[in-house]
Amino acid sequence: MDFRLTEEQRALADTVGRFIERDYGFEARWSMLRSPEGWSRGRWQRLAELGLTALPVPERAGGLGGGGVETMLVMEAFGRGLVLEPWLGCAFLPARLLSALDSGPEARSWLEGIAAGERLLAVAFTEPEQRYERAPVETRAVVEGEGWRLTGRKVSVLGGDAADTLLVTALIDGEAGTSLFAVRADAPGVTRYPYPLQDGTRGADLAFDRVPAQRVGPPGGAGPALEWALDAATAALCAEGVGVMDALVRRTVDYLKTRRQFGRPIGANQALQHRAVDMLIETEMARSMAIEAALAADDDDPARRARAIAAAKFTVARACRFVGQQAVQLHGGIGVTHELDVSHFFKRATVISLTFGDADWQLARYGEALRAAA
Amino acid sequence: MQLIYTPEQQAFANEVRAFTRETLDPAVARKVLEGARLGREDFLGWHRSLHRKGWVGAGWPREFGGPGWDAVRQHIFDEVTADEGAPPLIPFGLRMVAPVIMAFGSKAQQARFLPRILSGEDWWCQGYSEPGSGSDLASLKCRADRDGDHYVVNGQKTWTTLGHFADWIFCLVRTASEGRPQEGISFLLIDMKSPGITVRPILMLDQEHEVNEVWFDDVRVPVDNRVGEENKGWTYAKFLLGHERTGIAGVGRAKRIVKRLWHVARQARSDGRPLIDDTRFRDRLAQVEIELRALEITLLRVLAAEAEKKTPGPEASILKIRGSEIQQTLTELTMLAAGPAALPYVREGEAGAPDVPWLSDEAFRFASGHYFNFRKTTIYGGSNEIQRNIIAQHVLGL
Ligand SMILES: Cc1cc2nc3c(=O)[nH]c(=O)nc-3n(C[C@H](O)[C@H](O)[C@H](O)COP(=O)(O)OP(=O)(O)OC[C@H]3O[C@@H](n4cnc5c(N)ncnc54)[C@H](O)[C@@H]3O)c2cc1C
Repeated sequence: MDFRLTEEQRALADTVGRFIERDYGFEARWSMLRSPEGWSRGRWQRLAELGLTALPVPERAGGLGGGGVETMLVMEAFGRGLVLEPWLGCAFLPARLLSALDSGPEARSWLEGIAAGERLLAVAFTEPEQRYERAPVETRAVVEGEGWRLTGRKVSVLGGDAADTLLVTALIDGEAGTSLFAVRADAPGVTRYPYPLQDGTRGADLAFDRVPAQRVGPPGGAGPALEWALDAATAALCAEGVGVMDALVRRTVDYLKTRRQFGRPIGANQALQHRAVDMLIETEMARSMAIEAALAADDDDPARRARAIAAAKFTVARACRFVGQQAVQLHGGIGVTHELDVSHFFKRATVISLTFGDADWQLARYGEALRAAA
Repeated sequence: MQLIYTPEQQAFANEVRAFTRETLDPAVARKVLEGARLGREDFLGWHRSLHRKGWVGAGWPREFGGPGWDAVRQHIFDEVTADEGAPPLIPFGLRMVAPVIMAFGSKAQQARFLPRILSGEDWWCQGYSEPGSGSDLASLKCRADRDGDHYVVNGQKTWTTLGHFADWIFCLVRTASEGRPQEGISFLLIDMKSPGITVRPILMLDQEHEVNEVWFDDVRVPVDNRVGEENKGWTYAKFLLGHERTGIAGVGRAKRIVKRLWHVARQARSDGRPLIDDTRFRDRLAQVEIELRALEITLLRVLAAEAEKKTPGPEASILKIRGSEIQQTLTELTMLAAGPAALPYVREGEAGAPDVPWLSDEAFRFASGHYFNFRKTTIYGGSNEIQRNIIAQHVLGL
């Protein structure tokens, strides 16, 4: 049992923290939000220079091989700054997926591209009519002539708007499990429907019509790697949620001290004091579970990992809901405006709670994991 | 004691439904059912149809042109029209300023303003809150200085709902600074076209324009436009807030949304099955429906009591608290039903919903936008914390 960070981990936290402070003022973020891409390629380069795009890439592919704790430190800081760059979708998740599949020279070159900050990949797995399921039901790949052709639809693809290469889950004949294919985003037959999400981050829905595709990893055998990558990404989101909640608690407590009504700070009302305390409690419970999730993310026992991460995401999703709602409520009218950053943190908190499985879904997953173990 | 409708009440419900189906513009109904944002004319078209029928002014005495419905009929009307997708009647004129003018206004004010409120010719907005005076409304600073037979108004109001549509604003202004803050407030009716008024939009967190800042720069208002006595405005304002809280429960609309959610839960799929088979979700939906029923019966109790003693009592605050919470739960459940597909930012009134078959079901398109927007319901009309303070003090005597 040891909650201390290593020297390197502290240095990493400091580096990311400074980046957020310097490059992520609310004004700077505004101008990125309004730009056509919704984030900044220049800042992506900064992330690469700081080693953050290399962090999730294994050392054997030129990366830094960061683990769950390093990811947690980065994501917590990203949460406090409401970072818009698609690090989770376009670097972390594809890097985790590719490294778990351990697949050939092409995958290695993608990983190197991610590490260098030169390539953006995205993982497309959710299909229409799905909410949080992870296995494909509709998208199929078939062999035609020289190679594979992929047909189907994917929705809610994180970073799917910006990626140059898409890692797409599909079914193939004769295999029950999930297979993974890489397609170029500009390949003929790919249609992208990009959109901003409610919190200003970006995503896309994608349609594939007989798109030339390259298989990644064993046929029918990509499921476990996808699970692992999504679990790790869920743990990362938990940490980001904690960062968002830290920011909301801090802003709310400041506001309770400065906003005056009835001749005294609104924070003098016990009803509001208790609410702020409950926000803090939720945040601390979430922090504890995010730590457990960060450590579980490196666990290669799928059942143990799934249980710990489901428990963490359940806790974080509920906490994000409560803390987000109460932060808005305690700010009164100004809390529901677009102008104040509190509403932006609230929206990010909401998106986090609904990404990769909401609280109910995680609770079900946890219960099923327990039942399977019993 | 009887909770089912009598044959006459049922006949009235049928009449309202038939009239609504015949008269309501289907394009407007579709917008309402989709939860799209309504324009000024969308509200007013329906208002005018009702006015022609003599159905505007529920709760108004007959002498002022109300239809003379009892509490149950008013409730039936709200429920049935909401169910059919009728836009709500904007409350600022009909339910807020009109009762004040009836109770405290001069005969001349009643003759001048009430018919135009009834007909929808004048759109009213509410100018109470200021940046520094929200919950503590009595601390308001917007000043009205007497100059002959005019007041000269200077200051700012904020959060003014649909002020950009309004012809008139009713304002609380400071006419004296001695004594308790409540004692120097007057109630003014101000023409929005008066020189010196500037309306500036405030974007809500779903990026929609719904509320405004209203600035007053040497705005001249005839003394004739003061309701009641100078410096007695606080009494009138409190009278009005009671009316606001009964209307704010939103039971009719909530019933429509519950119905829609059951439909959605049958359509949407989760883990390859209809979402309605997911007991976690179904239990949440069942629970909110039960809570809504409890609210509805409570509302009927309050309305019945009101019919006897006229002024809503502090128990009206219960309706505001529960009604707002239920509305929020419903927006949240809609968002949860959609899952990640609720998250794309789709501007109201724009096509381009994501490529998800059941998401093209209108109910989902604005799901998360509504969830965010509806955080307002526990803040406006006196925040739920303030409502709880009122109940604690005036109902429980704490
Ligand atoms: C969408 C929207 C529409 C609105 N429309 C109108 C309109 O048309 N006209 C109009 O005049 N106003 C309107 N309002 C304003 C609304 O009435 C105020 O926002 C509300 O009264 C709260 O005031 P405030 O925003 O200044 O918050 P504050 O009063 O600053 O309150 C901040 C927080 O402190 C809490 N608080 C304050 N005092 C206490 C206390 N004593 N005990 C416990 N908790 C306390 C509040 O509950 C809140 O959570 C609207 C507001 C919104 C959000």
